[in-house]
Amino acid sequence: MSSTVTTGAKGRTGKGARPSRPHTAWVLPGVLFFTFFAAAPMALAFYLSFTRWNGLGDPEPVGLENWRKLIDDPRLTQSLTVTVMLTVVSWVFQTVVSLLLGVWAAGRQRNRAVLSAVFFVPFLLSSTAISLLFYALLDPNFGIIRGDTLGTTSGAFLAIVFVGGWQFIPFHTLIYQGGARQIPEVLYQAAAIDGAGRYRQFFSITLPQLRNTATTSTVLMVVGSLTYFETVLILTQGGPGTDTAILPYLMYEAGFKSYDFGYASAVATFLVVAATVLSLLLVRLTGFGAMRSTREGM
Amino acid sequence: MSHDTLPRRPVRTAGPPVTAGPAHRRRHWTRRPNPLAGLGSVIWLAVVIIPIYAMITTSLTRQDDALGHNALKPPTSPTLENYDTVLHSGFGHLLANTVTVAASVVAIVLVLCVPLAYVAVRSRGLWSSAAFRLFLLGVAIPAQAVVVPLYLMIAKLNLYDSLLAIILPTAAFAMPVSVLVLTGTMRDISEELYEAMALDGASPTRMLFQLVIPMTKGGISTVVIYSALQAWNGFLFPLIFTQSDGPRVLTLGLFNYVSEFGVNIPALLASVVLSGIPIFAVYLVARRALVGGLMGVGGK
Repeated sequence: MSSTVTTGAKGRTGKGARPSRPHTAWVLPGVLFFTFFAAAPMALAFYLSFTRWNGLGDPEPVGLENWRKLIDDPRLTQSLTVTVMLTVVSWVFQTVVSLLLGVWAAGRQRNRAVLSAVFFVPFLLSSTAISLLFYALLDPNFGIIRGDTLGTTSGAFLAIVFVGGWQFIPFHTLIYQGGARQIPEVLYQAAAIDGAGRYRQFFSITLPQLRNTATTSTVLMVVGSLTYFETVLILTQGGPGTDTAILPYLMYEAGFKSYDFGYASAVATFLVVAATVLSLLLVRLTGFGAMRSTREGM
Repeated sequence: MSHDTLPRRPVRTAGPPVTAGPAHRRRHWTRRPNPLAGLGSVIWLAVVIIPIYAMITTSLTRQDDALGHNALKPPTSPTLENYDTVLHSGFGHLLANTVTVAASVVAIVLVLCVPLAYVAVRSRGLWSSAAFRLFLLGVAIPAQAVVVPLYLMIAKLNLYDSLLAIILPTAAFAMPVSVLVLTGTMRDISEELYEAMALDGASPTRMLFQLVIPMTKGGISTVVIYSALQAWNGFLFPLIFTQSDGPRVLTLGLFNYVSEFGVNIPALLASVVLSGIPIFAVYLVARRALVGGLMGVGGK
């Protein structure tokens, strides 16, 4: 991996030539490609939300119709509630487990290295494969857990939280492990000299030092919980009833089941705005955007 | 790290994971075991292992036996017939499509992101930092949010129901994290090395190929594995942008097996196992590159 070679002095020392810098135009192909396939569609979704379109022909403008429908739709309130609950509960579950496992895995003992390698395996499977696996394991006639877990609202909800965690905790564990390994050793030495025990060290050094890591992980988790779409589609189909129909699922049903693409775009726009506002808020609140080092002020 | 046998307690060393030598002597540990941590790790091991174990044993069980069989017990008469069923229902075709998609996505991501990250790190221009911010924000764009307009665009471009319809958006959505990983690694290249090359009269292009790319191998291999994984495991784009057998990829094939095999859960699980094997093989070979690189995502 990368060996960190840090420059002592960033400023020019006078000796040596000034390296010429690459031309900014080099970013263009990448920026254009990304804009075309990811950023522009967001704008297009906004436009489509003011149209009626069934997938054939051209979208025709209908003004605010879709948005009125969205506000009046009882499914929206339910969907929003379940999306927020899923995000929050998943965040708590995944953060607690990944933080503890990550700090644990940051230790360099051999058994920890071996177990960490095993812990990572679920992340290698696709969401589809994992959802199918648990779909089979939770099958009332067959599964290792008897009873109709997916048939009850709380059972279905918890199954989605668990399956999401099972898949993504390995990744976040890795992020926390990397963060924990970057905590300067001197902090622990100083704390040990002051007589701080293991748990005191964890709460007074490890946790605060993992601030930036936690922000990154949280942003990825919040955005990631939207990709539970696959899990919902395969495990519960939004059910029982519409009890686990999270926003992306609502959008999918409106668009690709009912062919009401205008309405689906309104839901999608709502989703983008919610995700962006949330991420920006997280980035702002924690100063992550400035790429500030955790070691500042040491 | 195999020489690292002495410490039995959490050992934290300053500096990057593979720093050898002096850093290891500065380590600190207490010798008291941590029973809580030990217990926690064993519990999580069970959480990870049991479903995988149940999946494998069930996939080796005859369909007729599976219904009453406890998935936690080893199969009484293991059979490979489920794998045979899956392999004879077009699995090879799905695999070939998936490999094509993954390889194309990796190529596009590398060609676009390496120069981009290089400029973001090296150029002081307003535009390059704006580009970097675009990708920083891009991490937060959920693919779900753009499938409807992408569907329209793909239909207008006459790409619907083709592999390109999967490849292009998948590559675009793998870019933000790739750019972040690459800039993270490139920031570690010291100014002196650029200056040394400048003394030789090197152009920015030569610096890219002779300094930056060789020094960023770790980050590049992470990006290769990350984007390949995204392509391999992607489901939403194939689900919405393709429909026929021609461009069908593994994940969508798995999804269709649910209706095809119906209640044949052993065959379903055999297909899940088969779909995971190639990725697992890559993981065994390239674990360091993947794990090391992703670890850096949150650390900078």
